Amino acid sequence: MYSYEQEVVQRDENTVHMNVGPSHPSMHGTLRVKMEVKGERIVKTEQEIGYLHTGFEKLGEYRSYNQFITLTDRLNYFSPLSNNIGFALACEELLGITVPRRCQVIRTILAELSRIADHSLCVGAMTMDLGAFSSILWTFVEREKLYDVFEAVTGTRLTTSYTRVGGLAFDLPADFEKRVLGIMDSMEETLDKLRDSFYKNRIFLDRVEGIGVISKEQVLSFGLTGPMARASGIEYDLRKFRPYMVYNEIKFNVPVYSQGDTLSRYKMRIDEMAESILIVRQALKLLEPGPINYQDQKRTLPDKTSTYRDMESLIHHFKLVMPGDDHGIHPPLTDLYSSTEAPNGELGFHLVSDGSSTPYRVRIRPPSFINYPILSTLLPGCMIADLVAILGSFNIIAGELDR
Amino acid sequence: MILYQPENHLALIAKVEAFAGDKLLGREEKSHYHQFRVRGADAKDLVRFLRDEPSLGFTYFIDLTAVDYQTYPQPQPERFAVVTTLLSPKLGIRAQVKAFVAEGDPRIPSLTDIFAGANWTEREVWDLYGIEFLGHPDLTRILMPDDFDGHPLRKDYPLKGRGERGNFPVFHATTRKPAEEA
Repeated sequence: MYSYEQEVVQRDENTVHMNVGPSHPSMHGTLRVKMEVKGERIVKTEQEIGYLHTGFEKLGEYRSYNQFITLTDRLNYFSPLSNNIGFALACEELLGITVPRRCQVIRTILAELSRIADHSLCVGAMTMDLGAFSSILWTFVEREKLYDVFEAVTGTRLTTSYTRVGGLAFDLPADFEKRVLGIMDSMEETLDKLRDSFYKNRIFLDRVEGIGVISKEQVLSFGLTGPMARASGIEYDLRKFRPYMVYNEIKFNVPVYSQGDTLSRYKMRIDEMAESILIVRQALKLLEPGPINYQDQKRTLPDKTSTYRDMESLIHHFKLVMPGDDHGIHPPLTDLYSSTEAPNGELGFHLVSDGSSTPYRVRIRPPSFINYPILSTLLPGCMIADLVAILGSFNIIAGELDR
Repeated sequence: MILYQPENHLALIAKVEAFAGDKLLGREEKSHYHQFRVRGADAKDLVRFLRDEPSLGFTYFIDLTAVDYQTYPQPQPERFAVVTTLLSPKLGIRAQVKAFVAEGDPRIPSLTDIFAGANWTEREVWDLYGIEFLGHPDLTRILMPDDFDGHPLRKDYPLKGRGERGNFPVFHATTRKPAEEA
């Protein structure tokens, strides 16, 4: 049982016990860090998590594959579309189906748009934590425009639930391409503004340069992925490692830095947004008319209009949606680990199927949970204020940290 | 750039079969990686071999999790399986070690001295499955509260019921008094 008095008694008599979070403006959700400080220096830290534990993995064992997509929205709630796509791809790999090309292109575009939305919030919030307020307003404006597009596409801003096993919920709206291209142009201007404001800004550089350095060995041993790994010189990106969707047809670079400090992680995200803009522009050119769902009505939900209008689709809808052993999708008896490159790193789903319509086990490998433990290795020797800078560059999202 | 090189799977299989011999319970080809099945006691040696053998170099820790096979339709060697996924930056392939742990004695050597990333993931498995990792420096609950009773991801732990709402007194919504008085 936790007791504050016990912790205070146990500390070294020359140090002071200090507690940050779980509800602190710079802790990005419900993270808590217990610190022992000597003056302004951190001696020892311990992180406590679990404040947002919702039991997604247990709940997943009682929900059908399509129902679980709704839960993936709540993992990394700054880029719900990436999670939707990651889970749908895992299910499709389990079933051994490949979705039509138009669906793959749409998914690629939306994955990159949500990467831009996620990174822009991280970049803005990190600089806001360090005292620069304008930047979060700039990035929030762009993020709002992107969320308007998400709303037009999926019907909701935050809990998108857009993908289905074997396709998408519905097709894109008519003016999608024009709107996205307009946002990409203004996003580039915002990125330039961010570069101009911070890359040579002494106040900012003093707070982040050489702070929280992660070595290559640490990246491998801790299993860090995504921008945190690439900022330390590990050239690992799942979009290149094993290209899924249409990434193999698109020319893009994976930015890599070698320093591994907080500044590299900041620059990394800005560079990745620039690359994502290029990917979106190329992928929009690949967008051609065609079906969006895998043409097998025993496994893919029919689209809503035909469900309401013709008898056969209604029967298929009923057979897929109703609970029970005779209904739903029945994957083969096997287990499979499938992963995609989410904004924070490798988002993996380890699915175990027992042949019934609900998964036997859904393991979510959230990037935040694997990326977070290294914090207590980096902090000893740092100033208290460095905690804010380092944590901001990690972009830990409590939703997928605690699940 | 670490790229996927499926042709290296053959070298991996040959090396692992030569090392593990009859300790290997089986292997299975998955969509893009190979899964090796061993007993819990042999898992750590295999993971250490995968990492330290110079021609393999599985130095990238990806994931560690567990599965409870209690109600699974296919018979499995034991009730629990601890699944470790690794990546080799050198060969460009992944490998998965599935270690079976007995129901009556759910203990397995910890990987924390091989991979730092195993620390929290093993704590999570202990928390949710009750599998004890021998040699773990701080095997405490991570997601559930410290005073929680039971291991919720086990198949015999119900989705709702035991130890959830029943343990808390029921209050009347407006009077704020215990329900039986109001």
